[in-house]
Amino acid sequence: MSPLQPSSAPAPAPAPVAPTDPSALFTATDRTRRKLLTQRIAGIVFGAMAAAILLPLLVILGYIFVRALPALDWGFVTGLPEQGMRAGGIWPALAGTAYLVVFSLLVAAPIGVMAGIYLNEFARDNWFTRAVNLAVVNLAGVPSIVHALFGVGAFVVFAGLGKSILAASLTLAVMTLPVIIVATKEALAAVPRSFREACWNLGASRWQVIRTIVLPNSFGGILTGLILEVCRAAGETAPIMFTGAIVFKAVESGQLLPYNPTDQCMALSYHLHTVATQIPGVPEPMLYATAAVLVGFVLVFNSFAIAMRVRLRAKKKW
Amino acid sequence: MISLLKIMLLLALVAGVLYLMYLIYRYCERTMVTLIHICGVSAIVFVFGIFFFIFREGAPFLLKDFDFGGFFLSDKWYPTSEENPRFGILALVAGTGSVTVLAMLFAVPFGLGTAVFISEFCGRKTKEALKILVEFLAAVPSVVWGFIGMMVMNPLIIKLADAPVGLNVLNAGIVVGLMAVPVIVSIAEDAIRAVPDEYRAAAEALGATRWQVVRKVIFPAAKSGLLAAVLLGVGRAVGETMAVLMATGQSINIPFDGNAPFFHPLQSVQTLTATIAAELGEAPSGGHHYQALFTLGIVLFAITFAINLVADLIVKGIRKGK
Amino acid sequence: MIANPKILVSDLSVSYGRKQVLKDVSLYVPRNSIFAIIGPATSGKTTLLKCINRTLEITPGARSTGCVHIDGEDVAKMRDVYELRRRIGMVFPLPVGLPLSVYDNVAYAPRMAGGWGRAELDELVERCLRQAALWDEVKDRLKTLGTMLSGGQQQRLTIARALSHQPEILCLDEFSIAIDPVTTMRIEDVLLELRKDMTILLVTNLVQQARRLADVTCFLNKGELVQVDRTELIFSDQPGNQVTHDYVHGVFG
Repeated sequence: MSPLQPSSAPAPAPAPVAPTDPSALFTATDRTRRKLLTQRIAGIVFGAMAAAILLPLLVILGYIFVRALPALDWGFVTGLPEQGMRAGGIWPALAGTAYLVVFSLLVAAPIGVMAGIYLNEFARDNWFTRAVNLAVVNLAGVPSIVHALFGVGAFVVFAGLGKSILAASLTLAVMTLPVIIVATKEALAAVPRSFREACWNLGASRWQVIRTIVLPNSFGGILTGLILEVCRAAGETAPIMFTGAIVFKAVESGQLLPYNPTDQCMALSYHLHTVATQIPGVPEPMLYATAAVLVGFVLVFNSFAIAMRVRLRAKKKW
Repeated sequence: MISLLKIMLLLALVAGVLYLMYLIYRYCERTMVTLIHICGVSAIVFVFGIFFFIFREGAPFLLKDFDFGGFFLSDKWYPTSEENPRFGILALVAGTGSVTVLAMLFAVPFGLGTAVFISEFCGRKTKEALKILVEFLAAVPSVVWGFIGMMVMNPLIIKLADAPVGLNVLNAGIVVGLMAVPVIVSIAEDAIRAVPDEYRAAAEALGATRWQVVRKVIFPAAKSGLLAAVLLGVGRAVGETMAVLMATGQSINIPFDGNAPFFHPLQSVQTLTATIAAELGEAPSGGHHYQALFTLGIVLFAITFAINLVADLIVKGIRKGK
Repeated sequence: MIANPKILVSDLSVSYGRKQVLKDVSLYVPRNSIFAIIGPATSGKTTLLKCINRTLEITPGARSTGCVHIDGEDVAKMRDVYELRRRIGMVFPLPVGLPLSVYDNVAYAPRMAGGWGRAELDELVERCLRQAALWDEVKDRLKTLGTMLSGGQQQRLTIARALSHQPEILCLDEFSIAIDPVTTMRIEDVLLELRKDMTILLVTNLVQQARRLADVTCFLNKGELVQVDRTELIFSDQPGNQVTHDYVHGVFG
């Protein structure tokens, strides 16, 4: 036996257990020992499952960042694509993504939040409201490519916007709308009804109660939902592919507002798809760097949302 | 310089608009209530607009000489053929089905196992950390997953399985499975948390170990919630677009046949979603191909809507039961 | 029937879904009196109060017929329901502190109604908190959240809030269940004082409280009005109704 093993250390002889020690009353039988063993094994098995699925994901994401390092610098972020996108940077794509996200949020956030307020605070509880609620919840799970079809049918063709930033961001807005509505409703529903009733009894109107009691106490939840939606909108590719994204557009380097709303634009997610599948001979570090910027964006915004949720939970008011 | 000026002007404008909006919010009750009602109605319009516009574009294909057997039961998808275009989606359905089944094969056990571990077997700190991790993984864009499939899984599969191409059902199945795991974990975790603590306390008071509690109390009590989690995972897998577009290899095949082992995970396939994503750009607007793609959209819509509806009803059923 | 009652309830029936909770209740409440409503659980006491300030309308699934007049005016026909609710102070048995500071809790109703200066508001808040026997306990921490007070303090906060918009009618629904007997006595003294300015409706499970305070007492049972009369008569040995007698003497209920 190796001298390093603790069992080989000279252990003091076990003291005789006093009869009042409660552990002496419960001597472990074979049955309980087996039970404890299965418990231990179950814990290990489930832990291993969690590790087996989550660790590789972390490793892969880490791998993306490591492989991206050679290409990842300030010039890459603010530079223009060169030599048919085999060199240079991603600035137009980054700016395009910002355009799409901001425009879609400008449309979806107010409408979504107010629609959530309407459904949770004003709508009467009848079959129509229930049907709308059901439709909203389920639309949140409809595939993004179906939203792309909707965008093509409604905005590009029917509304005559053509392929443009407007059409693409409207499509994104409609895609994020159900999720924003659901998030808003959940945040509002977390404020107990008794507060509302107390205020109504004091002669406050519905809106006054919403403004003074309900919204201040659900604001954090709504904001968290909105931030998560920004993440999703920024990463989506399918809905913008046919409604406004373009493979390449010449803009000035580092120019902050390179597009008009009626232009088509480049977008980071679509750019990643393009350089990875359509263009042969793009240096690998550039591919990884593009993916890393996209993942980094998501990571930053998600951390915002998580930090906010933790802070909210810390100062709960009731 | 001009750009800077433009931005400052823009910021001033935004500040002004925000201030105006605050004034309305604070003092104009009637306006706000009207606005809220308008937004509620317009959200409803948008919701039904989605149904309307997809059906509107796909309708001509569905109404004029729609060949049911040729659409659902044929594997001949030749949408761009000059003389005899054929629109059989069987191979595409098989593609979606095989990827989904393969993905669920490991996403379901691992997802549920992880959910059980998070909610029953680990400490508070680990729990918080894992939940944040899962949430973050759920937010990674699908195009990044597709990229991982192409750049990481592809060479790995070629090397390990000795396959000619690494972009196939196996690759897509793994990638989509990894994407579905966070969905399954978070919803299953919700379902397990919804089991009242009294149940656990009661079982433990009778001398049950954690594992027995999970097996005899948690699983039966959270059964329908776990089912909903699996269903939503399936919905996510069926609707996934970019990842399968990049990882399946994009060739129309049915990865099943009569020869053993009956299922060939190393074959490249094409899914319903990927077909739309790959072909909508080339299909001339209003043409037969274009309408056929919208009909694919209707099929996808119907499948995912049905899955979500069932999952939603299950979850609602749980809440009502409480 | 006296001339010019404060509240007149005529043929009021209320049902939640298929369950009828009030059946053809008619009564009047004299001006500047304390009017006690007693009766066993689920006899419709709280529902009766909800009809008076029209919060029954926002209770899901409730339906009512009949009418309530305040000062001769039908409440159902009043244009401004918020104005009506401001004329009535309501205290329900479950204490609800709003997630605002103690000060803002009491100042809530006047602020929503508008037209109050800062100094007036300070004065009002102090007076209401004093009347609810809470001032001494919270005067040094008016900035703490109302939800962080103890149950009994929150209950008194609710009373202070109900007084804050200077109502003509004060409805107290079992206000004393979370409050200790000594404080209850202090509040009861305040109520007797307040009677000069307002009409007080007191729903209570403590028949002795009704006996101590009320000028008129009404007895509800299973949604039906059994008896309404001067308190001394209700609590006498011969109230004129066997059910009333049994209830107030503790034979049933």
